[in-house]
Amino acid sequence: MIIADLLASLPELWLACAGMALLMVGVFLRRNTATTVMILSVVAVAVALAVLWVLSPEPDYAYGGLFVNDEFTFFMKSLVLIGALLTIVMSIGYAQREAMDRFEFPVLMVFATLGMLMMISANDLISLYLGLELQSLSLYVMAAFRKDTLRSSEAGLKYFVLGALSSGMLLYGSSLIYGFAGTTNFTELGQILSPDAFDGERVSLGVIFGIVFVIAGLAFKVSAVPFHMWTPDVYEGSPTAVTAFFATAPKVAAMSLTVWVLMGPFSELVGEWQQIVVFISIASMLLGAFAAINQTNIKRLMAYSSIGHVGYMMVGLAAGNEAGIQGIIVYLSIYLVMNVGTFACILSMRRSEGMVEEIEDLKGLSKTNPCMAAALLIFMFSMAGIPPFAGFFGKLYVFLAAIQAELYGLAIIGVLSSVVAAFYYIRIVKLMYFDEPSESFERPLGREMTAILVATAVFVVGFFVIVSPIADSAGIAAAAMIEQ
Amino acid sequence: MSNAPLLSLVTFVPLVGAAFILVIRGEAEDMARNARMVALWTSLTTFVLSLFIWFGFERGTSAFQFVEEANWIPEFGIAYRLGVDGISMPFVLLSTLLTPICILASWDSIKVRVKEYMIAFLVLETLMIGMFCALDLFVFYVFFEGVLIPMFLIIGVWGGPRRVYSAFKFFLFTLAGSVLMLLGILTIFFETGISDIPALLTTHLPAGMQTWLWLAFFASFAVKVPMWPVHTWLPDAHVEAPTAGSVILAGVLLKMGGYGFLRFSLPMFPLASELFTPLVFALSIVAVIYTSLVALAQEDMKKLIAYSSVAHMGFVTAGTFSVTQQGIEGAMIQMLSHGVVSAALFLIVGVVYDRIHSREIARYDGLVERMPQYALVFMIFMLASVGLPGTSGFVGEFLVLVGLFQVDTGVALLCASGMVLGAAYMLYLYRRVIFGIMTKADLKTIGDLVWKERVVFAPLIAVVLWMGIYPASFIDIMAASISNLIDNYNTALAAAGQGPESASLAGSLTRPILGQ
Repeated sequence: MIIADLLASLPELWLACAGMALLMVGVFLRRNTATTVMILSVVAVAVALAVLWVLSPEPDYAYGGLFVNDEFTFFMKSLVLIGALLTIVMSIGYAQREAMDRFEFPVLMVFATLGMLMMISANDLISLYLGLELQSLSLYVMAAFRKDTLRSSEAGLKYFVLGALSSGMLLYGSSLIYGFAGTTNFTELGQILSPDAFDGERVSLGVIFGIVFVIAGLAFKVSAVPFHMWTPDVYEGSPTAVTAFFATAPKVAAMSLTVWVLMGPFSELVGEWQQIVVFISIASMLLGAFAAINQTNIKRLMAYSSIGHVGYMMVGLAAGNEAGIQGIIVYLSIYLVMNVGTFACILSMRRSEGMVEEIEDLKGLSKTNPCMAAALLIFMFSMAGIPPFAGFFGKLYVFLAAIQAELYGLAIIGVLSSVVAAFYYIRIVKLMYFDEPSESFERPLGREMTAILVATAVFVVGFFVIVSPIADSAGIAAAAMIEQ
Repeated sequence: MSNAPLLSLVTFVPLVGAAFILVIRGEAEDMARNARMVALWTSLTTFVLSLFIWFGFERGTSAFQFVEEANWIPEFGIAYRLGVDGISMPFVLLSTLLTPICILASWDSIKVRVKEYMIAFLVLETLMIGMFCALDLFVFYVFFEGVLIPMFLIIGVWGGPRRVYSAFKFFLFTLAGSVLMLLGILTIFFETGISDIPALLTTHLPAGMQTWLWLAFFASFAVKVPMWPVHTWLPDAHVEAPTAGSVILAGVLLKMGGYGFLRFSLPMFPLASELFTPLVFALSIVAVIYTSLVALAQEDMKKLIAYSSVAHMGFVTAGTFSVTQQGIEGAMIQMLSHGVVSAALFLIVGVVYDRIHSREIARYDGLVERMPQYALVFMIFMLASVGLPGTSGFVGEFLVLVGLFQVDTGVALLCASGMVLGAAYMLYLYRRVIFGIMTKADLKTIGDLVWKERVVFAPLIAVVLWMGIYPASFIDIMAASISNLIDNYNTALAAAGQGPESASLAGSLTRPILGQ
């Protein structure tokens, strides 16, 4: 029994042990600690990914129902690990240049990743909270990692205060649910809240209140409107490598958690939470589209862009059907790759005097660095959802679900806000291609950056070829999630 | 050649050429020269390949030909389906004909970033051809909207002083229209469960749904055509785009809207089309008369031709929605004719622009003194645009009017008045630029057409005269498909049982759109 439990959580166990071991290495190694630990942490995450894929744990519960494995968690964990791996690799050069080469940095990333894996596999409000806090606490510290700069400290503090508040809401909601339903386990909650158990009567108001608080807490973690306020400030203030990390892996984990909670134990109460999700979705799409127009800082822009993308994913969740889950999974996969690619570009925006992050700095990039400009062009059109690039298929799948669920109004608002959002994406293209160059960026980009840029750009351009296999495995994952 | 996937070849050969240009390295001069050569040969090869479609095409049947199918998203039954019928085939030829001409026309006038320019044009060609060949809703949409990317870059990078504004306006206008069409496509897909266009052509959608779907598709096609009042992006885009960009924009991109009406709106939503015919007629009449008057007042040559495009496309939409054999044939011929004639007119403006760097009409006079050949070429296309018998323009406008006359004499009368106005603004333009006494000093040394320009215009003149003198070779291709379309349309109306008025606007609009 215990062996089976351990086997089911082997990637997590490995990461936990590796994280602690790396901490020891960092403390006791005398020279080059930062770089060594950085590289070792890349290896650790890669091994976790390999373990996950080789083992591909059987769909089952473990630890007395606290922990779950199925196709959905498998897919999401793969995404999280890939995202974490790529962003750690991208931050190696950054950490060296920007005086962030301390060994705690990669260790924190490893622990945050561990927290995300726990979140994805959580099948109980308690294990959910544990995973979430492990992730969040690591992220708070990472946001404030450049403690000598005001912006970074401010970002960390802001993130911490608001994050603690949201955790509080989540806990309060969980306690309400526990109080009225009598259990914290998702599987049991699902049975208790099923319509048969009620004989057609409404579920008690306390549970509904609990769900609302839980949704508020989760919406904060995925930075959906109206709980998005922290996002632009934290994205802007954090060191860019950390922002890149924020924008990728934790988004996937939080989104998957949201899907798991709402479509798992509370799937029968879809009528109760659907309107909330519809509102969150519309508000996020609109705010993401309109607020980004006036931004001058590319990291802030990416923050609003991510709010918008979360809005589109929420369209799939609002649909509340299997196609919607599949759409979210496809969207998340594409979103992850696009964001990694875009942040690889942003991390390459450096001049002799250091990093620059104004959008204006991209002026004339197509002349000074045509390859990077072409890659960023591809990412921008993809984010705007223009075919044949990958981003279009993400939108296609979520809107497919919305139309299937007959949410026509939501779909119309969604596509129109995507037109508004297209404006600021193509504005970046305009700066790069239509304007005369200012000072050029430092070259070369570095081998690992070039490799990531090429790989992500090829993925985004060639996605239409592989859309079927990816969507199929997303479909399998969605089916597994619906069944549980 | 019979078993080769001809359509895929024609579609993707330009892309191969673009990939080839992408890897060209070397000195800037050599790179530019090689890029031009590769682009020219690629587009010529594509044109030759597309001739196989022309000759291999079986006339007298409405079936789709050269059909190809490959799995794409089997989960939903979405497949990579290509095929052409009498309605789409001429447009494929139009695209393959105009692209080499565009590349020749930009040979010397494009001096910066030649490599990227050629790549953009070849990618654009792939997307245009793929759009006309696509037989699956989703494949169609991917090509249809993908066109925006290269065109945005062509206007924005190589355009005139206000290029940024124009490029954005073009991009956002057309995107706003096409996303609504995407929702329409998704709705069709869920209603019927298929995305196969030939199968959908014979599927009947519920009347109430047709109304909404028609509007969603209309949003996209009306912007593309463009119809008044959403035409405002067109003059801006044309004025700022480089010559070849205007050529493709007027020659092919506008036809995507007209093609969309023929491929989707009429056959898939016959009831709604019947319902909205008065609306289309009204907008078309406004387009024909109002934009003709606007054209009369223009001082920029390109802007004048741009407004004339809107007017000519007004004929197309009116003819299409007359749903008569002559009207639709006329609309098709008018589109092809306009594709060639307006393309040529933009090239004609480009000729003097390359020499004097101005498009202002007042900047020119008496060009016939120094440029007799130019004056001749200009006259041929000017008269074709006016609709002189013997040119392609006459056939198109005449057939449209014949078709309209059977449906509504009032509409026919108003559209015919547009022809008179068309003659007015074109002749006025010609008089001001070509005739009169040459007074401007720098015009005294202007040179006549060089051989490269003659090569560009020769095929266009040939097509215009061919279409004008013997239109049968074009009408034969499309007749069967069009009569089939009309038959299906009338059958659907009859099947709905109660004639056109029954699908009342009020009744069908009550269907809720928000939420469940």
